[in-house]
Amino acid sequence: MTVASTLALILVVLLLSVAAWTVVARQTFAAVVGFVAYGLLLSIAWVALSAVDVALTEAAIGSGLTGVLLIGASARLRVTEAAASPERPGALLRGLGALASAMVAGGIAASVLSLPEPAPTLAPAVAEHLPSIGLGNAVTVVLLAYRGIDTLLESIVVVFALIGVWSLAPDRVWGGYPGPRQYADPNGILAYLGRVLPPIGIIVGVYIFWVGADLPGGKFQGATILAAMWLLGMMAGLADAPPISRTWLRILLVAGPLLFIAIGFAGALTAGAVLAYPDGYAKLLIKVIEAALMPTLTLTLALLVAGRPERTARG
Amino acid sequence: MSFLLDVLTVAAISAGLFFFLAGSIGLLRFPDALSRLHALTKADNVGLGLVMLGLLPRADGLLAALKLVFVWLLVLLASSMVSQLVARVARRGGSPS
Repeated sequence: MTVASTLALILVVLLLSVAAWTVVARQTFAAVVGFVAYGLLLSIAWVALSAVDVALTEAAIGSGLTGVLLIGASARLRVTEAAASPERPGALLRGLGALASAMVAGGIAASVLSLPEPAPTLAPAVAEHLPSIGLGNAVTVVLLAYRGIDTLLESIVVVFALIGVWSLAPDRVWGGYPGPRQYADPNGILAYLGRVLPPIGIIVGVYIFWVGADLPGGKFQGATILAAMWLLGMMAGLADAPPISRTWLRILLVAGPLLFIAIGFAGALTAGAVLAYPDGYAKLLIKVIEAALMPTLTLTLALLVAGRPERTARG
Repeated sequence: MSFLLDVLTVAAISAGLFFFLAGSIGLLRFPDALSRLHALTKADNVGLGLVMLGLLPRADGLLAALKLVFVWLLVLLASSMVSQLVARVARRGGSPS
């Protein structure tokens, strides 16, 4: 057995055990910690499969951002968790749930294993057309040139998720500031981190967005880092999220997807199909769309974590 | 020269792995939150530093080497800050017992 396959085997065993731990953990918080560890292990697995773009997204969104959202949810549930435990579903229902999950997992495993060798792939066709688009990163090309509709819907769906979170606000504070006001010692360690890290993080976030054209990276990963820096400032009491009734905020939240839609429909006139790009302008238009989506995604992801409005706009 | 660099890589990464192992054992075996933090930060600071040192001769180009050093410095910053915050919660008698 080679070193690489031994490492892969260890990784698979670790992944499966952490996944099992996440399912059987009794406490919600323990399950969330398991889920975050699982996501980080999964991104190592993606790196091992040379899918660095997927690994970055998994670490930033799948594990990081989702992890923070789940930690927040588990903290909210903690008060009611003990009261809810007698209402656990019975053995029959849990058994049926386990059976259904095992059947789905088994079905997916069977279909992956039954793929012909080598599996059918469009990768050579994508690689062949890379020069005509002008970008070096095949993943970005697939996401924005060949599967543009998926990326467009993704960028809209996160805004919808934010509207869902905002809708949980009581009428009294509708339009107000998200989340409780954070206070931290202005000379404390958190405030220090909140001052030192954001300048570095903002450069790293913009860099990851910018190299996404030719190397692994892109708007989602970059926007998550920028959102994390803003959230760090909020947690350290140095910054505050804007009230959700601000007009500039709402314009920025829809600007990215709207521009994407506009360029997509313009493609119908200039390139003969919706979401197609005219010859020679593909790279420019893709970067314009990504740049427009960056503020939308950064705001959406940060405000998703900041939570529903809890303070009135007047303070 | 390249042989010496290989020796440096193997020695530094082995030493780094030893610190990670010792840190993990400490995390599992030490009695209270503060000493567990102490064990954990040794793995982060010294262990990762040694692994980074071992990888330096293998980096292609100065820029990649600088990125490695930068990653280590960022982890140093994050781990020292986070351990301070966790220690503060632990001293107040919070949950990480």
